[in-house]
Amino acid sequence: MRTPIRPEWFLLILLWGLSASPAPAAISDARQSELLDLLRQDCGSCHGMTLKGGLGPALTPERIQKKSPQMLVETILQGRPGTPMPPWSKFMTREEARWLVDSLYRGIEHAQ
Amino acid sequence: MHNKSHPTRYLLLAAILMLLSACATQLRGTGDMGVIIERASGSVQVINTTQRASLGRVAGLGDLSHASVVYSRDERFAYVFGRDGGLTKVDILKQKIDKRIMQSGNSIGGAISQDGGLVAVSNYEPGGVRVFDAQTLELVADIPAVYMEEKRSKVVGLVDAPGQRFVFSLYDAGEIWIADFSQGREPAITKFHKVGKQPYDGLISGDGRYYIAGLFGEDGLALLDLWQPEQGVKRILDHYGKGWRQMPVYKMPHLEGWAIADEYAFLPAVGLNEVLVVSRRNWKEVTRIAVHGQPVFVMARPDGRQIWVNFAFPNNDTVEVIDTLSLKKIQTLKPGKAVLHMEFTPRGEEVWISARDDNRVSVYDTGNFKLKAMLSAEKPSGIFMTSRAHRIGL
Repeated sequence: MRTPIRPEWFLLILLWGLSASPAPAAISDARQSELLDLLRQDCGSCHGMTLKGGLGPALTPERIQKKSPQMLVETILQGRPGTPMPPWSKFMTREEARWLVDSLYRGIEHAQ
Repeated sequence: MHNKSHPTRYLLLAAILMLLSACATQLRGTGDMGVIIERASGSVQVINTTQRASLGRVAGLGDLSHASVVYSRDERFAYVFGRDGGLTKVDILKQKIDKRIMQSGNSIGGAISQDGGLVAVSNYEPGGVRVFDAQTLELVADIPAVYMEEKRSKVVGLVDAPGQRFVFSLYDAGEIWIADFSQGREPAITKFHKVGKQPYDGLISGDGRYYIAGLFGEDGLALLDLWQPEQGVKRILDHYGKGWRQMPVYKMPHLEGWAIADEYAFLPAVGLNEVLVVSRRNWKEVTRIAVHGQPVFVMARPDGRQIWVNFAFPNNDTVEVIDTLSLKKIQTLKPGKAVLHMEFTPRGEEVWISARDDNRVSVYDTGNFKLKAMLSAEKPSGIFMTSRAHRIGL
């Protein structure tokens, strides 16, 4: 037996689909602060807590401005073979990695 | 008789003043003291391990992520090596900064010479080692880590060795260098080339004989016998580090504080949830002990009877204890979120453990594993007690 679907539901689903793909998915304030903490503390163990570099390269806005966001997002999610950079895809979504990259471009001292 | 200017009155006052000032500057030793690094706030807390208490805070030390500390041989001054190239000499008795310099742009650790006269710092940027007068912090020697003619390498795994020497590894160059200051302020440098790809940390055995570097870029460890340096650097534990390619590693294991107990050396497996047990005689693997996560620090209690292990993200809320006779896990503790470091009291009856994300340091009895005290600290990382002053390599 078919369940009738009301036309306004179609519209809703369509709108939801449109809004989900181009605009960044909303990341809650709590999650943002978790991500920044991860960045400072755990990424910071190689890149420096202020991201001025360590065993890993500096991630300050000046140092990454020439690198594409796609490349940076991939590096976060997949890691970089041949270097100590591990993949972080188990701990964040692509949207969250993208949000981190945007925060890096702005500089994390401006975040929150 | 109520004459206000009677001389005995002044004498009494002077006596009281003297008594008061004597109280304020009461004599004490520093053998039961230490510091806790507060990595995010650029401060250290000065602690007393007998009272299990914090005595105060010294601030203004810069970026202290991954900071480490060595002590003057009189155990009064803590030399704090900051990430931002800052070198701070803290007077733990007065609880204030005695001297502070910015000696590079980015540094990773340091060491103090056998005679206590020189403090060396290993730098990422510009890559090399700088050596300072321990008293004045004036520059004594600059050793740029130059390889392939003009390239500068990051320097890691800097330790002191007997004979007024410093030993360190060049991460980018794959070399180990010895800087010998026994003849004065001009060091004699001995270089060992092609020791392996990307040495990322180093340690020296407690007797000062063996320098061992962990390699990121290939399997195995690089071993230099400092009693017979002419024999060159050998590769040991050929399979060590294979985990780099099997499992992602979220925190590089530390080699400093490598546990040597009984006839075994205990070391963190790379990328695997295991502690490796290796024979000290031939450096061959004896067995592996399954543990809770990827180990970061594998440390022996000073008497060697227990091995304490903490772990990398995301398993870093746990500490496990291994018995060195049975090679079995005997205890699991949950000291808090993001356990970064453990430090035993000089003879090991207690251990201090920092939990960064819970902003606290816990003190446990190592005999019955009971919690003895808890101190609050801001994002605590390393804990360094003054007894390090008299140990080679620390």
